[in-house]
Amino acid sequence: MKNLVSKFGQTAKLPALSFALAFSITGLLIAFSDSKVLAKIGSPIEFIKSGLATIGNAYLALFQGSIFDINLARGNSFFQGFYPLSETIVTATPLILTGLSVALAFRSGLFNIGAQGQFIFGAIGASYVGFHFNLPTVIHILFAALAGIVLAAIWGGIVGILKAKTGAHEVILTIMMNYIAGYFILWILKTKPFLRPGRIDPIAPEVGLSARLPLLAGENLRIHAGIFIALASALFVWWLLAKTTIGFKFRAVGANSQAARTAGISVPFVVTSTMAICGGLAGLGGAVHVMGSAHALNTDVAGSFGFDAITVALLGRAQPLGTVFAALLFGALRAGGRTMQSNTGTPLDIVLVTQALIVLFIAAPTFVRFIFRLKKLSSSASLTSKGWNG
Amino acid sequence: MSEIRTSVEKRRIRGIGVLSIFSAASFIYFGLLNSASEKTTFGFVLDNEWVIMKEWVISSASGSRIFSTLAILASISAILAYRKKIAVTIPASVATFGIFMSFLTWIAAGKFIPLTGLLQGALLLAVPLVFGSMSGLICERSGVINIAIEGQLLASAFVSGVVASLTHKSIWGLIAAPIAGAAISFLLATFAIKFSVDQVILGFVINVLVIGLTNFLYKKLLIPYQSTWNTAPTFEHIKIPILSKIPIIGPILFSQSIVVYLMYVIVAGITFALYKTKWGLRTRAIGEHPTAADTVGIDVNRMRFKNVLIAGLVAGVGGAYFTVGSVGSFGKEMTAGAGFIALAALIFGKWSPIGALMAALLFGFADNLQSTLTIIGVSIPSEFMLMVPYIATIIAVTGLVGRVRAPAADGIPYLRGGAH
Repeated sequence: MKNLVSKFGQTAKLPALSFALAFSITGLLIAFSDSKVLAKIGSPIEFIKSGLATIGNAYLALFQGSIFDINLARGNSFFQGFYPLSETIVTATPLILTGLSVALAFRSGLFNIGAQGQFIFGAIGASYVGFHFNLPTVIHILFAALAGIVLAAIWGGIVGILKAKTGAHEVILTIMMNYIAGYFILWILKTKPFLRPGRIDPIAPEVGLSARLPLLAGENLRIHAGIFIALASALFVWWLLAKTTIGFKFRAVGANSQAARTAGISVPFVVTSTMAICGGLAGLGGAVHVMGSAHALNTDVAGSFGFDAITVALLGRAQPLGTVFAALLFGALRAGGRTMQSNTGTPLDIVLVTQALIVLFIAAPTFVRFIFRLKKLSSSASLTSKGWNG
Repeated sequence: MSEIRTSVEKRRIRGIGVLSIFSAASFIYFGLLNSASEKTTFGFVLDNEWVIMKEWVISSASGSRIFSTLAILASISAILAYRKKIAVTIPASVATFGIFMSFLTWIAAGKFIPLTGLLQGALLLAVPLVFGSMSGLICERSGVINIAIEGQLLASAFVSGVVASLTHKSIWGLIAAPIAGAAISFLLATFAIKFSVDQVILGFVINVLVIGLTNFLYKKLLIPYQSTWNTAPTFEHIKIPILSKIPIIGPILFSQSIVVYLMYVIVAGITFALYKTKWGLRTRAIGEHPTAADTVGIDVNRMRFKNVLIAGLVAGVGGAYFTVGSVGSFGKEMTAGAGFIALAALIFGKWSPIGALMAALLFGFADNLQSTLTIIGVSIPSEFMLMVPYIATIIAVTGLVGRVRAPAADGIPYLRGGAH
């Protein structure tokens, strides 16, 4: 038992130190860019005091905006205090799905930067079915989700086919496909079917009530059933990778494509099907986002869900469960970051810095050991992608 | 022997075939089916260069027919040249030019196309792409993948803008920018070479870090204290005597800011250094076969580290172009993906300096053509025009240039003692 505890301590040590390092650097940045703090630079004690107070306030706001806010709980009902937690989960839900998309690709040895474009197509598909048709509620949701999945799977699958046929690198292909998808949504929002009656700005009609995901905690909280879809998808990805033949092929190609080819696995098939499934997952993310919280397509519907997905998958070490936790963490940073911005004037963009630093340190265990002068522990497998010739 | 065709020959045949089909199609579509009675006007004068011809007016239909006929003739001579086993580059280029001009004459019926302005704008849009792809080139020829070009450009644009604002001198911005680029490179080199972090992931993370950092500082400092922090002066355009007077070429190439002239020098310098100097030979060696390089006494990782830093300096000048080289003040995420297009240009150009330069110019041209056509108001939605550079990249990396091959050791950390 004691052995087990110390073993857990060993595994958790590096991530914990990485987090500590990332949040410390972010904290310093917040303090040193604050004019009130900088004004006290003359007296060291006052300077440190106000610096710590600024950092404390920022991180308190981060917590209040992501988990629990006592002021909201006092005002209405105690339950309303969990409004921030609901926001965290609402933000994390699409992130889980896009994160899974990137994570699954990693397991097949592919670097899917295209979740952003795939997300956009998922959102377009779900939005169109959502506002154009009038169907019974469950069927409508399924149909809209399916439309999103299929469109995005095609969009992702194109990359797979192109890579399988020509050997072009998926990083370049997906970056380009993201731009094309970005312009495509700008264009389609100007076309007649996607114009909301009575509006001239590029915003689509809202999806019908029958195509909206049910709210889980009443009208006042935005948390919706999409989180269950996301969790089920994580389970699906785990099952696919761990329990099925095709998942075995994915992992085999991911581990060593030469060896997999020699063993008789069709690498082009794996590349194409991986990219199609990844597209489908990110597309489902877009669909869930539209049906759950956004309700209407606009030019910025995809936000940065597809890009954050990469950091999510990296932090989750391309494991389904890890991806879920990473998405929840980044969802919390996002939701909390908004409160931090409005309460303390610390720009939301600071959470990007925190995210990048966390992933950087997690990806560089030798660096963290070097900083904290740790002895070399049992080496944990680190994520690698293939170079251009891979 | 003639039965066996190499993949290069196959691609050449495919290329000539596609060109011929496009030439014929443009003759039919832009020429014969062109019912427009309007005239297309091409403008040649931009500045105060010597004037040979101010503008050229031609009826849209007959202009398209002339240019597409030229394309068809060039395609035929390309086919003949291929059969006689002569190089097909010149006829193929002429055919491409003919198809393009035919398209332009067709689409701009009744409109004015400032041809010199179009080309000058293309060059300016290509400037950061060229610097970015040269940065990628130096890194990747040394065996380090550089996805962080975007981060290098953005960080140096920010720093040069801020430094130039604080000092009220654009030259200080230009001096500070390469240092910022090198700082990002230092991060890349440290984690990639010293800590063997996967370079694709690393580059991506560095980009996120720089975007977050510059956005944060922009909102925290540059917006509230704009007058001190974000009012960078820009460089005056320097007109080179006589050269700037040459029609068409003069205003495009020789009436630019110092950053553009630096670009000429840097591209020429890198091309020379990479192929003609000891440094270049060693750089290519550590990128292709580090073990062999190590055997003859080159310290692979030290040299990689140094080269990644040099690459940062180069990208930094490109970053300065965004602020002191053009508009002055810094804008949030103002590089807008130029680093990724630069990366695409590098790959499109097959990791060679001239190839990358050409690809960057092509992307710049596609981008500027798009905005020119949008301004004069043509029927194609601007969003589709905006997609052109990206679609072109996809076509390029999937077929036109065939299978491109990166330096053999690109992205693989070098561990002495033969872990690889």
